Parts: sequence; C-alpha cells; structure tokens
Amino acid sequence: MAEISQGGGGGKKDGKVRSKKASTKIDMTPMVDLAFLLLTFFMLTTTFNKPQTMEITMPEKVKKDDVQTEVNEKKVLTVILGDDDKVYWYKGITDPEIKLTNFSQDGIRKVLLQENAVTEKMIVLIKPGKDSRYKNVVDILDEMNITDMQRYAIVKITSVDEDLVKESNL
Amino acid sequence: MGKVKVHRTQPSLDMTPMVDLAFLLVTFFMLTTKFAPEEPLAVDMPTSTSEIRLPETDILTISISSDGIVFFNMDGKYNRADLLEKMGQKYQIQFTEEERNKFALLPSMGVPIQSMKQFLDLDTESRKHVEQPGIPCDSLNNQLADWVIFSRMTNPKLRIAIKGDRDSNYPIVEKVINTLIDNRVTRFNLITNMEKSQKPS
Repeated sequence: MAEISQGGGGGKKDGKVRSKKASTKIDMTPMVDLAFLLLTFFMLTTTFNKPQTMEITMPEKVKKDDVQTEVNEKKVLTVILGDDDKVYWYKGITDPEIKLTNFSQDGIRKVLLQENAVTEKMIVLIKPGKDSRYKNVVDILDEMNITDMQRYAIVKITSVDEDLVKESNL
Repeated sequence: MGKVKVHRTQPSLDMTPMVDLAFLLVTFFMLTTKFAPEEPLAVDMPTSTSEIRLPETDILTISISSDGIVFFNMDGKYNRADLLEKMGQKYQIQFTEEERNKFALLPSMGVPIQSMKQFLDLDTESRKHVEQPGIPCDSLNNQLADWVIFSRMTNPKLRIAIKGDRDSNYPIVEKVINTLIDNRVTRFNLITNMEKSQKPS
C-alpha cells in the first residue's frame, strides 16, 4: 500500500506515442492514515479545561499588640459547616437561635441574601467543623462569591459552637 | 450486450484539502498538548463558579488526597534541583547531582525528606507503586513549611495553590493553610473544577 503509484488516477495509456506522461500523483493514503491517527490521539489526550482557581487571602497572624476592630455582634452571621454537608447558621452571638440548612439553591444562598438585605455591613464567619469536608469549604466560599458578600472570614470553630450544634439536635 | 462500459477510471479522490486540514489539526494539537506527568494520587477537585484560570508557570501545588495525605509539587526543573539541595542542607542530607536531577523530573511527591534518598533510588516504574506516606506537616515536624520556604527562596514569583480532594477532611486542609499563614503566605489559590450547572448534586 505504501508505494508511490505512478499514474494512478490517470487514463489508460494505450496510445502509441509513449511520451513519459507519468503523473506526479502519489498515494497519500498511508500519510493520511497516520495524520488521522495522530489527530485522534492528540484530540483525545488534550484536556482543554484548565483547572479554575479560587483566590483567597487569609489574614495574617494576629500579633500581640495588634488592635482588633470590634464589631457589632448583631451584624455577625455565623455559618457552621457540619458533617454530611449540613450547614448550621445563626445570627448574633448572645443567645443565638441555631438553624439548619443545606447547600442547595434555596438553602444557605437564600439565607445569605435575606440576611444581607436586612443587615447593613453584615459579616459572615465561616466555621468549618471537625467533620466537614474540603468540598463544603469550597462550596461556602463559592456561595460567598455568588451572593457577593463583602465581608467574610474563615474562623476556627470553637467548643461553644460545637456544643450549640450538638444541643440543637438538628 | 457489449455496451456495458466498465468504469475504467479509478475512483480516486483529491485528498489534498483533507490532508491539509488533518495536518493543520495535528500540528495544532501537538503544539497545544502538554503532557501532564503521571500523578501518584488522584485528586477529585471540588467545583466552583470561579472563573480565574490557574497560571501555568511558577506554581507550587500542595495536593491533599481524600485520606489526608499531603503531596508537594513545584514546577521549574532547575528550581527543583536547587530546592532539593537547600532542603538537604537544612536536614543534613547530601544529595548527589544525579539525585537532584531525578528529583527535578519527579511528579508530585509525598515522602518525608529522610526517606527521599531511598525514594529517588527507585526506578520510575517502582516509584509509582510505592506507597507514599505524605509530607509531615505537624507542628513538631513541619517539613511542608520548609518546602514552602525554600521553594519561595528558589523562585520568588511562586504562587501557591492548594489542590484538595473534595472528600478530604477540613482539619487537614486547615493544617496546611495554617502552615502557609505561619510562613506569611496569606494569598493562595484553591484549585477547583468548573461547575457544570448551577449547582452540583
């Protein structure tokens, strides 16, 4: 198959005058085969979707003589990430009323939008629990982006919060 | 019936445009393809709606597998060789030229520096099957911190990306993040996949 066929597609040479009219056509089939083989190979191995990335900036470590700004506790919304993709949230700090929600569209997103509409300059504290998964954290950060929250922070969960979750039995 | 004319002309077809196109595509794919080195761990990244693309160079990737094993990877062949030497100096391990070169070509790795020599001694094939314990990142023995410090020394432009598995527990991710913060890296990237629909299941 891989030979040069001289005068492949030409007419029959049954004339008397045998002028050398050998056509310059070559059989391209093997080349095309190879080209397509390579083409399929590269097409299948190429991945176009480069990974996305989420840029986060964490606060620097608190030094001893740093003055911490105080915030009105009424403006604080705490979101606790539990096990099994559960999301607990409460508003304020003293005597909070803990509620359970989830990552669905009507879940935490609605809560965030509602609360943000009511509260001016709301601050969201995200507290991933011990059993929460990395996915939950990325999801909640994503929700922050979607709902366009301006102020939020990832904070270490406290034992108070853990007890709250446990007591709530949600 | 001698009038039936047998087709004498061969059904040949001008394939030139097709071949042109095929080669164009081949060239395109060949030039755009970048072969990713075979990673020792499969990380199933979480999805997000973020649309920032990860830069292609000057990236330090810290991968976290679903069972909490931490892997380290940095790009730049020469920087890597340099990095291993610096790490060796800190932990008083002498690495030969050959070992440094081997390290430069390694994909993500997750072995403590103490067993790095044995790990590099293996051939590529058996290295794939060896079980890597992960890079220690406890407060007592935080080698990850050293890797990060020395990587940033060899390549100041480095951006740090965390590639966590969606099912890895948060506490281990927190440990990694805290390690970064302790080393004054407060800006980093979380690698995610593109979200397909509005919300994944």
